Amino acid sequence: MPEPRLDHQQMLLKADDIRQDIIRMLEHAGSGHSAGPLGLADVFTALYFSVLNHDPEHPDWADRDILVLSNGHCVPVRYAAMAEAGYFPKEELLTLRQLGSRLQGHPERLRLPGLETTSGPLGSGLSQACGMALALKLDKNAQRRVYVVMGDGEQDEGNVWEAAMLASKYRLSNIIALTDRNNIQIDGPTETVMPLENLRAKWEAFGWHVIEVDGNDIPAIIDAYALAKAIVEKPVMILAHTIPGKGVDFMEYDFHWHGMPPNHEQAKAALKELRTLRGKIKSEAD
Amino acid sequence: MTAYLVPNIHDPNIAQEPIRKGFGAGLLKCGEMFPNVVAVCADLTDSTQMSLFKSAYPDRFFDIGVAEQNLVTVGAGLAAMARIPFVSSYAAFNPGRNWEQIRTTIAINDRPVKIIGSHAGVSVGPDGATHQMLEDIALMRVMPNMVVIAPCDSVEAEKATIAMAADSRPNYMRLAREATPIVTTAETPFVIGQAQVFREGSDITLIATGTMTYQALIAAIRLEPYGIHAEVVHVATIKPLDEKTILASVAKTGLVVTAEEGQINGGLGGAIAELLGEQLPVPLRRIGMRDHFGESGSPGELLKHFGLDSSHIATAAHQLVTKKQRG
Repeated sequence: MPEPRLDHQQMLLKADDIRQDIIRMLEHAGSGHSAGPLGLADVFTALYFSVLNHDPEHPDWADRDILVLSNGHCVPVRYAAMAEAGYFPKEELLTLRQLGSRLQGHPERLRLPGLETTSGPLGSGLSQACGMALALKLDKNAQRRVYVVMGDGEQDEGNVWEAAMLASKYRLSNIIALTDRNNIQIDGPTETVMPLENLRAKWEAFGWHVIEVDGNDIPAIIDAYALAKAIVEKPVMILAHTIPGKGVDFMEYDFHWHGMPPNHEQAKAALKELRTLRGKIKSEAD
Repeated sequence: MTAYLVPNIHDPNIAQEPIRKGFGAGLLKCGEMFPNVVAVCADLTDSTQMSLFKSAYPDRFFDIGVAEQNLVTVGAGLAAMARIPFVSSYAAFNPGRNWEQIRTTIAINDRPVKIIGSHAGVSVGPDGATHQMLEDIALMRVMPNMVVIAPCDSVEAEKATIAMAADSRPNYMRLAREATPIVTTAETPFVIGQAQVFREGSDITLIATGTMTYQALIAAIRLEPYGIHAEVVHVATIKPLDEKTILASVAKTGLVVTAEEGQINGGLGGAIAELLGEQLPVPLRRIGMRDHFGESGSPGELLKHFGLDSSHIATAAHQLVTKKQRG
């Protein structure tokens, strides 16, 4: 049984919930990445509440779509989205990064049902997706898709481009990848650390169909995925332009928040801002 | 005692075949036996002997180009979808280049990918040090969840390949390029995780793996005229190590020589030293590469140059036995 979809206003509220979850988790854990997960909250809301065929009650449902998180350090957003979707109780989110927790600092498939793979070391998600997509083609299964979420900084890794060539060679149109193009990595802006541009031209040159989208606009993200499903000749890369730290004013656009959690005071301020934002969504909905 | 080995081990004209050929034959059989077996290669289809499988099952074969990081991670993805992928390249690159990808996406992830490292050891010959992988046993042996296998001849390699397809764990198998004497037969048992006593003796235990098992058997024959009865234990599975069989032999003989075509540090020699150091300390000599790289040369020249042959094993054994006799 696929997860029931949410409407537009419900998804805006859900994304806000997920952002609040992320702040609480990271503050409690005392370590972890803030900017990426906050920036990806809208993408994960779209995935878990509209795009993916999945069943939180049965994470191993044989007909489910597969979601590979390649930039494993952003896993707090996935944990929060999974908890909001009903995979596990929300209280468990506060065990992030603690001894014995199913919510490891970087995702481990064997610990938590529904994760699909283990990641953290960058650049290997897309190639695992290629293997999964090849297997689906062998099965002549045209229903299931392999979704990948990857970072922009991780595209410094050669492994990414090995996978890009392979997906093109075997015309793996059952892969829909999304790049979190937030322009930051640990050492600073991506274009300073190791320039990626022209990123669109790179993916197109590797034989991919590229769609660009505002990665913080949920309806636009859903539309981009709908368009991607219509591309049957090539693998698809969605370049999602996101704001790192989105929703928390003092984190937005600042690369220093890539690998840092909020302290108690910062978390308090962030949650207040997100609650205010939530109030506005409600009033719009009314 | 050696009834299940070939009868003419001492014969200079003993039949020989590259160990990797056995892998190729085994993989072809796996294609028939296991519909979920697939093969992935990094532009070395002929030399890693995947060609037979590729011809028979073209839809289940993927050439991913010279991209070893992709090789194992695509394998991990195939394994996620209930396939049993064999992924092959030269050992220098697989696992030499892609060790982290193996660690994260196969070992921590516990996916039953079958990693094939061909052309291991100095017997690769003229290609030189870059292509003579000597550190693969050490690299793979330290990895939790990983099984490490080094068959001694092509007949055993074929059995090992089929056993790997039926095994639910991540596996690494090391293969050699050059023709190696065939010492095992269809009757020789092969079980992952079991060492085999290939020759019984009472004075010293020669523990060998891969190409060096034949050399250990020859060394045992050469020791006989000196009144030294050497037991030969073939360790085809370096991890998990068959501690029971090894300890039983060493308890009987009290002396050990190990032999491998790779670095003794962290390799089979390291594994045996760790085991005996903790459980049964006895005099030990390790034959193998001693913390240096190989170089270009003919396989025969190199094995002799680096002391990787029966005479060096026999000499080490003779010295240990003599020293013990002198008290």
